Amino acid sequence: MIEYAIYFAFACFGAAIMMCLWRIITADGVGTRVLALDTMVINTIALMILYGLSKGTEIFFEAAMIIAMLGFVSTVAYARFMLRGNIIE
Amino acid sequence: MTFIAELLIAIFLIVSGIFGFVGSFGMIKLNDPMSRLHAPTKATTLGVGGVLLASITHSVLLEGKLSLHELLITLFLFLTAPITALFIAKWHIHRHELPSDLPDAGEDELWATHAVEQVEDVPDHSAN
Repeated sequence: MIEYAIYFAFACFGAAIMMCLWRIITADGVGTRVLALDTMVINTIALMILYGLSKGTEIFFEAAMIIAMLGFVSTVAYARFMLRGNIIE
Repeated sequence: MTFIAELLIAIFLIVSGIFGFVGSFGMIKLNDPMSRLHAPTKATTLGVGGVLLASITHSVLLEGKLSLHELLITLFLFLTAPITALFIAKWHIHRHELPSDLPDAGEDELWATHAVEQVEDVPDHSAN
């Protein structure tokens, strides 16, 4: 039963990443692209934890933590660039 | 007992999958850039949170050991998601709103995003 639930969640988050990719391609402004990229990072975190759950290993939690931190830092860097024109003043 | 634990984990996983799907479907469904800020909150809280709850339940009920470092990821996401939304809303005010279009700022003259002093050597980003 857990196996099929994991497959369902894999399909849902995979479709979610594809929809975010579609929004990145057809966005009408750079802010929407940054938001869609941030949503892709969140979906990637969920996918990595799901993969660790299906394989029965715990090593993906550290990887998911690092992806979360890198996603936040990259989103803040993009936002600084959109607001001020440069990142480190 | 094992059946109940597996049912609980499966419910958490299905709820998280549905909310992750809905959160990203809102990205292509909503038309306004500020409306789209609303959609990924579902993916952050219930999407990733449901997967992490399923993982905690799996390790506690099926493997018999307490594992709490999933809560670190939840805490980090809950701390950083509003900051991201704030930055994107500030970008919208900065690029697409005039000071005359916004509501009154109270005792200050302008909102903080508009009240920055103009610098000479800012590169041109009018394409944004």
